[in-house]
Amino acid sequence: MITLDSVSKWYGKFQVLTDCTTAVNKGDVVVVCGPSGSGKSTLIKCINALEPFQKGSIFVDGTSVGRAKTDLPKLRSKVGMVFQHFELFPHLSIINNLTIAPIKVLKRSKDEAIENAMQLLDRVGLKSQAQKFPGQLSGGQQQRVAIARALTMDPIVMLFDEPTSALDPEMVSEVLDVMVELAQEGMTMMVVSHEMGFARKVADRVIFMDQGCIVEDTSKEEFFGSARSERAQQFLSKILSH
Amino acid sequence: MGDFDFDVIQRSLPYLWKGMQYTLTLTLTAMTGGIFFGTFLAMAKLSVISPLSIVASAYVNLMRSIPLVLVIFWFYFLVPLLLQGLTGATEPVPVGSDQTALISFTLFEIAFYCEIIRAGIQSIPQGQVSAGKAVGFTYAQLMFYIVLPQAFRNMIPLLLTQTIVLFQDTSLVYVISVTDFLGAAAKVAQRDSRLVEMYSFVAVIYFLISFTLSQIVRRLQLKISIATR
Repeated sequence: MITLDSVSKWYGKFQVLTDCTTAVNKGDVVVVCGPSGSGKSTLIKCINALEPFQKGSIFVDGTSVGRAKTDLPKLRSKVGMVFQHFELFPHLSIINNLTIAPIKVLKRSKDEAIENAMQLLDRVGLKSQAQKFPGQLSGGQQQRVAIARALTMDPIVMLFDEPTSALDPEMVSEVLDVMVELAQEGMTMMVVSHEMGFARKVADRVIFMDQGCIVEDTSKEEFFGSARSERAQQFLSKILSH
Repeated sequence: MGDFDFDVIQRSLPYLWKGMQYTLTLTLTAMTGGIFFGTFLAMAKLSVISPLSIVASAYVNLMRSIPLVLVIFWFYFLVPLLLQGLTGATEPVPVGSDQTALISFTLFEIAFYCEIIRAGIQSIPQGQVSAGKAVGFTYAQLMFYIVLPQAFRNMIPLLLTQTIVLFQDTSLVYVISVTDFLGAAAKVAQRDSRLVEMYSFVAVIYFLISFTLSQIVRRLQLKISIATR
Protein backbone atom coordinates (compact mmCIF):
# COMPACT_ATOMS: atom_id res chain seq x y z
CA MET A 1 0.00 0.00 0.00
CA ILE A 2 2.71 2.45 1.10
CA THR A 3 6.42 1.86 0.64
CA LEU A 4 9.20 4.22 1.64
CA ASP A 5 12.67 3.56 0.33
CA SER A 6 15.61 5.38 1.94
CA VAL A 7 13.77 8.71 2.17
CA SER A 8 15.96 11.64 3.17
CA LYS A 9 15.03 15.24 3.65
CA TRP A 10 16.93 18.40 4.47
CA TYR A 11 15.88 21.84 5.63
CA GLY A 12 18.78 23.77 4.12
CA LYS A 13 21.79 21.95 5.52
CA PHE A 14 19.95 20.40 8.43
CA GLN A 15 18.98 16.82 7.75
CA VAL A 16 15.55 16.00 9.20
CA LEU A 17 15.08 12.54 7.72
CA THR A 18 17.85 10.02 7.10
CA ASP A 19 17.32 6.94 4.94
CA CYS A 20 13.87 6.08 6.20
CA THR A 21 12.72 2.76 4.81
CA THR A 22 9.50 1.02 5.76
CA ALA A 23 6.23 -0.26 4.35
CA VAL A 24 2.60 -0.28 5.38
CA ASN A 25 0.51 -3.14 4.02
CA LYS A 26 -3.20 -3.13 3.40
CA GLY A 27 -5.09 -3.40 6.67
CA ASP A 28 -2.04 -2.62 8.79
CA VAL A 29 -2.17 -0.24 11.70
CA VAL A 30 1.27 1.27 12.22
CA VAL A 31 2.01 3.60 15.11
CA VAL A 32 4.97 5.95 14.75
CA CYS A 33 6.41 7.27 17.99
CA GLY A 34 9.55 8.95 19.19
CA PRO A 35 10.76 12.07 20.98
CA SER A 36 9.76 15.47 19.63
CA GLY A 37 11.92 16.65 16.78
CA SER A 38 12.60 13.11 15.66
CA GLY A 39 10.92 13.66 12.29
CA LYS A 40 7.73 11.62 12.80
CA SER A 41 5.36 14.33 11.56
CA THR A 42 7.66 15.26 8.71
CA LEU A 43 7.82 11.65 7.60
CA ILE A 44 4.03 11.22 7.57
CA LYS A 45 3.60 14.50 5.70
CA CYS A 46 5.99 13.30 3.01
CA ILE A 47 3.64 10.43 2.25
CA ASN A 48 0.94 12.70 0.79
CA ALA A 49 3.48 15.25 -0.45
CA LEU A 50 2.58 18.00 2.01
CA GLU A 51 6.33 18.06 2.61
CA PRO A 52 8.81 17.52 -0.21
CA PHE A 53 11.75 15.16 0.21
CA GLN A 54 15.05 15.25 -1.63
CA LYS A 55 16.22 11.64 -1.76
CA GLY A 56 14.68 8.19 -1.92
CA SER A 57 11.22 7.22 -3.07
CA ILE A 58 7.72 6.85 -1.70
CA PHE A 59 5.02 4.82 -3.42
CA VAL A 60 1.37 5.02 -2.46
CA ASP A 61 -0.84 2.42 -4.10
CA GLY A 62 1.71 2.06 -6.90
CA THR A 63 2.06 5.81 -7.55
CA SER A 64 5.38 7.54 -6.97
CA VAL A 65 4.88 10.56 -4.70
CA GLY A 66 8.14 12.31 -5.55
CA ARG A 67 7.86 12.24 -9.32
CA ALA A 68 7.23 15.65 -10.87
CA LYS A 69 4.54 14.31 -13.18
CA THR A 70 2.42 12.76 -10.44
CA ASP A 71 -1.11 14.15 -10.14
CA LEU A 72 -0.82 15.10 -6.48
CA PRO A 73 -4.44 16.25 -5.94
CA LYS A 74 -5.64 12.88 -7.23
CA LEU A 75 -3.19 11.00 -5.04
CA ARG A 76 -4.10 13.04 -1.95
CA SER A 77 -7.81 12.50 -2.53
CA LYS A 78 -7.19 8.78 -1.88
CA VAL A 79 -5.20 9.40 1.31
CA GLY A 80 -7.10 10.61 4.35
CA MET A 81 -5.24 12.90 6.72
CA VAL A 82 -6.03 14.02 10.24
CA PHE A 83 -4.04 16.92 11.66
CA GLN A 84 -2.87 17.80 15.13
CA HIS A 85 -4.86 21.05 15.11
CA PHE A 86 -7.93 19.60 13.35
CA GLU A 87 -7.83 22.16 10.53
CA LEU A 88 -11.55 22.15 9.86
CA PHE A 89 -12.55 24.92 7.46
CA PRO A 90 -13.83 27.59 9.88
CA HIS A 91 -15.96 29.43 7.30
CA LEU A 92 -17.99 26.32 6.47
CA SER A 93 -20.61 24.53 8.55
CA ILE A 94 -19.81 20.99 9.70
CA ILE A 95 -21.90 19.43 6.95
CA ASN A 96 -20.23 21.62 4.32
CA ASN A 97 -16.82 20.71 5.72
CA LEU A 98 -17.74 17.11 4.98
CA THR A 99 -19.35 17.59 1.58
CA ILE A 100 -17.20 20.17 -0.19
CA ALA A 101 -14.38 17.81 -1.18
CA PRO A 102 -16.62 14.90 -2.31
CA ILE A 103 -18.66 17.32 -4.43
CA LYS A 104 -15.78 19.30 -5.90
CA VAL A 105 -13.09 16.63 -6.11
CA LEU A 106 -14.99 13.37 -6.54
CA LYS A 107 -17.84 15.08 -8.47
CA ARG A 108 -20.48 13.40 -6.34
CA SER A 109 -24.00 14.79 -6.37
CA LYS A 110 -24.94 17.04 -3.49
CA ASP A 111 -27.60 14.64 -2.19
CA GLU A 112 -25.24 11.70 -2.27
CA ALA A 113 -22.51 13.69 -0.52
CA ILE A 114 -24.89 14.86 2.21
CA GLU A 115 -26.26 11.37 2.79
CA ASN A 116 -22.76 9.94 3.07
CA ALA A 117 -21.64 12.79 5.33
CA MET A 118 -24.58 12.32 7.69
CA GLN A 119 -23.81 8.60 7.98
CA LEU A 120 -20.21 9.38 8.89
CA LEU A 121 -21.24 12.07 11.37
CA ASP A 122 -23.57 9.55 12.94
CA ARG A 123 -20.69 7.12 13.17
CA VAL A 124 -18.55 9.61 15.11
CA GLY A 125 -21.57 10.53 17.22
CA LEU A 126 -22.01 14.09 15.96
CA LYS A 127 -25.04 13.91 13.69
CA SER A 128 -26.82 16.57 15.75
CA GLN A 129 -23.99 19.07 15.18
CA ALA A 130 -24.21 19.06 11.37
CA GLN A 131 -25.43 22.63 11.01
CA LYS A 132 -22.99 24.17 13.48
CA PHE A 133 -19.67 25.78 12.66
CA PRO A 134 -16.28 24.39 13.75
CA GLY A 135 -15.75 27.21 16.26
CA GLN A 136 -18.84 26.11 18.18
CA LEU A 137 -17.48 22.61 18.82
CA SER A 138 -15.06 21.34 21.47
CA GLY A 139 -11.61 20.15 20.44
CA GLY A 140 -12.58 16.50 20.73
CA GLN A 141 -15.68 17.04 18.64
CA GLN A 142 -13.70 18.95 16.02
CA GLN A 143 -11.18 16.15 15.74
CA ARG A 144 -13.95 13.59 15.32
CA VAL A 145 -15.43 15.75 12.57
CA ALA A 146 -11.97 15.94 10.99
CA ILE A 147 -11.78 12.13 10.97
CA ALA A 148 -15.23 11.97 9.39
CA ARG A 149 -14.17 14.56 6.82
CA ALA A 150 -11.21 12.43 5.80
CA LEU A 151 -13.46 9.37 5.57
CA THR A 152 -15.89 11.08 3.17
CA MET A 153 -13.30 10.59 0.43
CA ASP A 154 -13.30 6.78 0.89
CA PRO A 155 -9.54 6.81 1.48
CA ILE A 156 -7.44 3.71 0.93
CA VAL A 157 -5.27 4.70 3.88
CA MET A 158 -5.60 7.13 6.79
CA LEU A 159 -2.70 9.20 8.11
CA PHE A 160 -2.93 10.66 11.60
CA ASP A 161 -0.49 13.37 12.66
CA GLU A 162 -0.58 13.48 16.47
CA PRO A 163 -4.38 13.48 16.49
CA THR A 164 -4.75 13.77 20.26
CA SER A 165 -1.82 15.92 21.34
CA ALA A 166 -3.69 19.24 21.04
CA LEU A 167 -6.66 17.97 23.04
CA ASP A 168 -7.63 18.46 26.65
CA PRO A 169 -7.02 15.18 28.50
CA GLU A 170 -10.72 14.41 28.99
CA MET A 171 -11.31 14.57 25.25
CA VAL A 172 -8.55 12.21 24.20
CA SER A 173 -10.55 9.03 24.71
CA GLU A 174 -13.53 10.08 22.56
CA VAL A 175 -11.13 10.55 19.62
CA LEU A 176 -9.18 7.35 20.36
CA ASP A 177 -12.43 5.38 20.52
CA VAL A 178 -13.25 6.44 16.97
CA MET A 179 -9.74 5.51 15.83
CA VAL A 180 -9.88 2.11 17.54
CA GLU A 181 -13.17 1.38 15.84
CA LEU A 182 -11.67 2.35 12.49
CA ALA A 183 -8.68 0.11 13.05
CA GLN A 184 -10.90 -2.81 14.01
CA GLU A 185 -12.88 -2.37 10.81
CA GLY A 186 -9.71 -3.04 8.87
CA MET A 187 -8.73 0.49 7.80
CA THR A 188 -5.09 0.88 6.83
CA MET A 189 -3.68 3.46 9.23
CA MET A 190 -0.41 5.19 9.95
CA VAL A 191 -0.59 7.04 13.23
CA VAL A 192 1.99 9.42 14.68
CA SER A 193 1.15 9.35 18.35
CA HIS A 194 2.40 8.97 21.88
CA GLU A 195 -0.76 7.14 22.90
CA MET A 196 0.83 3.85 23.85
CA GLY A 197 -2.52 2.55 25.07
CA PHE A 198 -3.83 2.91 21.55
CA ALA A 199 -0.72 1.24 20.17
CA ARG A 200 -1.07 -1.72 22.53
CA LYS A 201 -4.72 -2.12 21.67
CA VAL A 202 -4.78 -2.01 17.88
CA ALA A 203 -1.34 -1.53 16.37
CA ASP A 204 0.15 -4.26 14.23
CA ARG A 205 3.53 -2.59 14.17
CA VAL A 206 5.35 0.16 15.98
CA ILE A 207 7.96 2.39 14.41
CA PHE A 208 10.27 4.25 16.73
CA MET A 209 12.10 7.26 15.37
CA ASP A 210 14.96 9.29 16.74
CA GLN A 211 16.89 12.15 15.10
CA GLY A 212 15.38 11.53 11.69
CA CYS A 213 16.11 7.82 11.60
CA ILE A 214 13.84 4.85 11.96
CA VAL A 215 15.43 3.11 14.94
CA GLU A 216 12.86 0.40 15.52
CA ASP A 217 10.34 -1.11 13.13
CA THR A 218 8.88 -4.16 14.83
CA SER A 219 5.68 -5.90 15.75
CA LYS A 220 3.80 -4.48 18.70
CA GLU A 221 4.55 -7.54 20.83
CA GLU A 222 8.25 -7.25 20.27
CA PHE A 223 8.27 -3.49 20.80
CA PHE A 224 6.53 -3.56 24.14
CA GLY A 225 8.21 -6.80 25.11
CA SER A 226 11.84 -5.99 24.63
CA ALA A 227 12.43 -2.91 22.52
CA ARG A 228 15.94 -3.58 21.32
CA SER A 229 17.53 -0.17 21.09
CA GLU A 230 18.57 1.57 24.23
CA ARG A 231 17.08 4.83 23.01
CA ALA A 232 13.65 3.24 22.56
CA GLN A 233 13.84 1.66 26.00
CA GLN A 234 14.65 5.03 27.53
CA PHE A 235 11.78 6.63 25.65
CA LEU A 236 9.33 3.93 26.69
CA SER A 237 10.34 4.02 30.32
CA LYS A 238 9.79 7.77 30.34
CA ILE A 239 6.35 7.83 28.80
CA LEU A 240 5.05 4.64 30.41
CA SER A 241 6.06 5.56 33.94
CA HIS A 242 3.44 8.30 34.06
CA MET B 1 -22.12 87.17 5.83
CA GLY B 2 -25.22 88.47 4.13
CA ASP B 3 -23.56 88.13 0.76
CA PHE B 4 -23.79 84.34 0.70
CA ASP B 5 -26.30 82.75 -1.61
CA PHE B 6 -26.84 79.13 -0.75
CA ASP B 7 -29.73 78.84 -3.18
CA VAL B 8 -27.12 78.28 -5.85
CA ILE B 9 -26.76 74.75 -4.53
CA GLN B 10 -30.41 73.96 -4.95
CA ARG B 11 -30.48 75.46 -8.42
CA SER B 12 -27.56 73.40 -9.60
CA LEU B 13 -28.50 70.13 -7.86
CA PRO B 14 -29.36 68.18 -11.05
CA TYR B 15 -25.98 69.11 -12.53
CA LEU B 16 -24.13 68.27 -9.33
CA TRP B 17 -25.96 64.93 -9.16
CA LYS B 18 -24.70 64.11 -12.62
CA GLY B 19 -21.19 64.84 -11.40
CA MET B 20 -21.75 62.65 -8.35
CA GLN B 21 -22.97 59.84 -10.58
CA TYR B 22 -19.70 59.96 -12.46
CA THR B 23 -17.73 60.00 -9.19
CA LEU B 24 -19.64 56.95 -7.95
CA THR B 25 -19.24 55.13 -11.27
CA LEU B 26 -15.51 55.77 -11.24
CA THR B 27 -15.20 54.65 -7.61
CA LEU B 28 -17.20 51.47 -8.11
CA THR B 29 -15.48 50.58 -11.40
CA ALA B 30 -11.99 51.07 -9.99
CA MET B 31 -12.96 49.15 -6.85
CA THR B 32 -14.52 46.20 -8.68
CA GLY B 33 -11.74 46.03 -11.24
CA GLY B 34 -9.12 46.60 -8.57
CA ILE B 35 -10.37 43.79 -6.33
CA PHE B 36 -11.01 41.37 -9.20
CA PHE B 37 -7.69 41.80 -11.00
CA GLY B 38 -5.90 42.53 -7.72
CA THR B 39 -6.85 39.04 -6.53
CA PHE B 40 -5.18 37.44 -9.54
CA LEU B 41 -2.21 39.77 -9.28
CA ALA B 42 -1.83 38.83 -5.61
CA MET B 43 -1.87 35.13 -6.48
CA ALA B 44 0.69 35.79 -9.21
CA LYS B 45 2.87 37.67 -6.76
CA LEU B 46 2.75 34.78 -4.28
CA SER B 47 3.26 32.21 -7.01
CA VAL B 48 6.18 29.78 -6.87
CA ILE B 49 6.60 30.31 -10.62
CA SER B 50 9.20 33.04 -10.40
CA PRO B 51 8.68 34.91 -13.72
CA LEU B 52 5.03 35.37 -12.79
CA SER B 53 5.90 36.63 -9.35
CA ILE B 54 8.60 38.97 -10.65
CA VAL B 55 6.31 40.58 -13.23
CA ALA B 56 3.53 40.99 -10.67
CA SER B 57 5.86 42.51 -8.09
CA ALA B 58 7.31 44.89 -10.67
CA TYR B 59 3.85 46.10 -11.62
CA VAL B 60 2.81 46.66 -8.02
CA ASN B 61 6.05 48.46 -7.17
CA LEU B 62 5.81 50.68 -10.23
CA MET B 63 2.22 51.72 -9.57
CA ARG B 64 2.84 52.31 -5.89
CA SER B 65 5.89 54.46 -6.60
CA ILE B 66 4.39 57.01 -8.96
CA PRO B 67 1.72 59.60 -8.22
CA LEU B 68 -1.78 58.87 -9.45
CA VAL B 69 -1.88 62.15 -11.36
CA LEU B 70 1.05 60.97 -13.40
CA VAL B 71 -0.69 57.72 -14.27
CA ILE B 72 -3.68 59.73 -15.45
CA PHE B 73 -1.46 62.01 -17.55
CA TRP B 74 0.37 59.08 -19.03
CA PHE B 75 -2.84 57.56 -20.15
CA TYR B 76 -4.32 60.77 -21.41
CA PHE B 77 -1.34 61.95 -23.45
CA LEU B 78 0.72 58.89 -24.25
CA VAL B 79 -1.80 56.15 -24.94
CA PRO B 80 -3.23 58.06 -27.94
CA LEU B 81 0.32 58.20 -29.34
CA LEU B 82 0.80 54.52 -28.61
CA LEU B 83 -2.45 53.67 -30.36
CA GLN B 84 -1.36 55.78 -33.31
CA GLY B 85 1.85 53.80 -33.53
CA LEU B 86 0.03 50.49 -33.23
CA THR B 87 -2.75 51.19 -35.70
CA GLY B 88 -0.63 53.25 -38.09
CA ALA B 89 -3.08 56.15 -37.99
CA THR B 90 -1.94 59.55 -39.19
CA GLU B 91 -2.98 61.33 -35.99
CA PRO B 92 -2.96 60.32 -32.31
CA VAL B 93 -6.07 58.26 -31.50
CA PRO B 94 -7.93 60.06 -28.69
CA VAL B 95 -9.12 57.83 -25.84
CA GLY B 96 -11.57 60.28 -24.27
CA SER B 97 -11.14 61.65 -20.80
CA ASP B 98 -13.95 59.61 -19.19
CA GLN B 99 -12.43 56.33 -20.38
CA THR B 100 -8.95 57.51 -19.53
CA ALA B 101 -10.03 58.13 -15.98
CA LEU B 102 -11.77 54.76 -15.65
CA ILE B 103 -8.83 52.79 -17.05
CA SER B 104 -6.03 54.64 -15.30
CA PHE B 105 -7.80 54.55 -11.93
CA THR B 106 -8.46 50.84 -12.27
CA LEU B 107 -4.85 50.10 -13.25
CA PHE B 108 -3.64 52.17 -10.32
CA GLU B 109 -6.01 50.69 -7.76
CA ILE B 110 -5.23 47.10 -8.81
CA ALA B 111 -1.77 47.54 -7.28
CA PHE B 112 -3.15 48.79 -3.97
CA TYR B 113 -5.92 46.22 -3.64
CA CYS B 114 -3.37 43.58 -4.65
CA GLU B 115 -1.21 44.37 -1.63
CA ILE B 116 -4.18 44.16 0.73
CA ILE B 117 -5.30 40.86 -0.79
CA ARG B 118 -1.77 39.45 -0.72
CA ALA B 119 -1.56 40.16 3.00
CA GLY B 120 -5.01 38.61 3.43
CA ILE B 121 -3.99 35.43 1.65
CA GLN B 122 -0.82 35.20 3.72
CA SER B 123 -2.81 35.62 6.93
CA ILE B 124 -4.47 32.24 6.38
CA PRO B 125 -2.60 29.64 8.47
CA GLN B 126 -0.49 27.07 6.64
CA GLY B 127 -2.55 24.34 8.32
CA GLN B 128 -5.61 25.38 6.34
CA VAL B 129 -3.63 25.16 3.13
CA SER B 130 -2.36 21.70 4.10
CA ALA B 131 -5.87 20.55 4.99
CA GLY B 132 -7.19 21.80 1.66
CA LYS B 133 -4.45 20.04 -0.23
CA ALA B 134 -4.94 16.87 1.83
CA VAL B 135 -8.57 16.45 0.74
CA GLY B 136 -7.41 16.57 -2.88
CA PHE B 137 -8.08 20.16 -3.93
CA THR B 138 -6.17 21.56 -6.87
CA TYR B 139 -4.49 24.96 -6.41
CA ALA B 140 -7.48 26.77 -7.94
CA GLN B 141 -9.98 24.89 -5.77
CA LEU B 142 -7.87 25.47 -2.68
CA MET B 143 -7.79 29.20 -3.35
CA PHE B 144 -11.41 29.54 -4.36
CA TYR B 145 -13.09 27.40 -1.71
CA ILE B 146 -10.75 27.62 1.26
CA VAL B 147 -8.20 30.45 1.24
CA LEU B 148 -9.94 33.37 -0.47
CA PRO B 149 -13.28 33.14 1.38
CA GLN B 150 -11.45 33.28 4.71
CA ALA B 151 -9.01 35.91 3.50
CA PHE B 152 -11.73 38.22 2.17
CA ARG B 153 -13.62 37.98 5.41
CA ASN B 154 -10.55 39.28 7.25
CA MET B 155 -9.85 41.88 4.59
CA ILE B 156 -13.24 43.56 4.23
CA PRO B 157 -12.41 46.48 6.54
CA LEU B 158 -9.12 47.17 4.76
CA LEU B 159 -10.69 46.89 1.32
CA LEU B 160 -13.40 49.35 2.35
CA THR B 161 -10.84 51.76 3.79
CA GLN B 162 -8.96 51.65 0.49
CA THR B 163 -12.26 52.38 -1.27
CA ILE B 164 -12.80 55.45 0.88
CA VAL B 165 -9.37 56.73 -0.12
CA LEU B 166 -10.19 55.93 -3.72
CA PHE B 167 -13.49 57.80 -3.46
CA GLN B 168 -11.64 60.91 -2.36
CA ASP B 169 -8.90 60.46 -4.96
CA THR B 170 -11.40 60.44 -7.81
CA SER B 171 -11.51 64.22 -7.53
CA LEU B 172 -8.09 64.18 -9.23
CA VAL B 173 -9.79 63.67 -12.58
CA TYR B 174 -10.11 67.45 -12.73
CA VAL B 175 -6.64 67.45 -14.28
CA ILE B 176 -8.07 66.04 -17.50
CA SER B 177 -11.28 68.11 -17.26
CA VAL B 178 -13.65 65.28 -16.44
CA THR B 179 -16.79 66.56 -14.76
CA ASP B 180 -17.03 64.58 -11.56
CA PHE B 181 -18.78 65.83 -8.43
CA LEU B 182 -16.02 68.29 -7.57
CA GLY B 183 -15.65 69.26 -11.23
CA ALA B 184 -19.35 70.02 -11.55
CA ALA B 185 -19.30 72.09 -8.38
CA ALA B 186 -16.19 73.97 -9.54
CA LYS B 187 -17.85 74.85 -12.83
CA VAL B 188 -20.95 76.18 -11.12
CA ALA B 189 -18.79 78.07 -8.65
CA GLN B 190 -16.87 79.78 -11.43
CA ARG B 191 -19.95 80.56 -13.50
CA ASP B 192 -21.94 82.08 -10.62
CA SER B 193 -18.99 83.37 -8.60
CA ARG B 194 -20.16 81.33 -5.62
CA LEU B 195 -16.84 79.71 -4.65
CA VAL B 196 -17.33 79.60 -0.87
CA GLU B 197 -20.82 78.17 -1.04
CA MET B 198 -20.03 75.49 -3.58
CA TYR B 199 -16.73 74.37 -2.09
CA SER B 200 -18.25 74.23 1.38
CA PHE B 201 -21.11 72.12 0.08
CA VAL B 202 -18.73 69.77 -1.70
CA ALA B 203 -16.62 69.39 1.43
CA VAL B 204 -19.66 68.57 3.55
CA ILE B 205 -20.85 65.91 1.10
CA TYR B 206 -17.42 64.29 0.81
CA PHE B 207 -17.16 64.32 4.58
CA LEU B 208 -20.58 62.79 5.14
CA ILE B 209 -20.01 59.95 2.69
CA SER B 210 -16.46 59.16 3.80
CA PHE B 211 -17.30 59.44 7.48
CA THR B 212 -20.33 57.17 7.17
CA LEU B 213 -18.27 54.58 5.34
CA SER B 214 -15.49 54.70 7.91
CA GLN B 215 -18.04 54.19 10.68
CA ILE B 216 -19.28 51.11 8.84
CA VAL B 217 -15.69 49.89 8.61
CA ARG B 218 -15.30 50.31 12.34
CA ARG B 219 -18.42 48.29 13.08
CA LEU B 220 -17.36 45.56 10.66
CA GLN B 221 -13.96 45.39 12.28
CA LEU B 222 -15.54 44.94 15.68
CA LYS B 223 -17.88 42.26 14.36
CA ILE B 224 -15.10 40.32 12.70
CA SER B 225 -12.86 40.48 15.75
CA ILE B 226 -15.69 39.06 17.88
CA ALA B 227 -16.48 36.34 15.37
CA THR B 228 -12.90 35.14 15.17
CA ARG B 229 -12.30 35.24 18.90
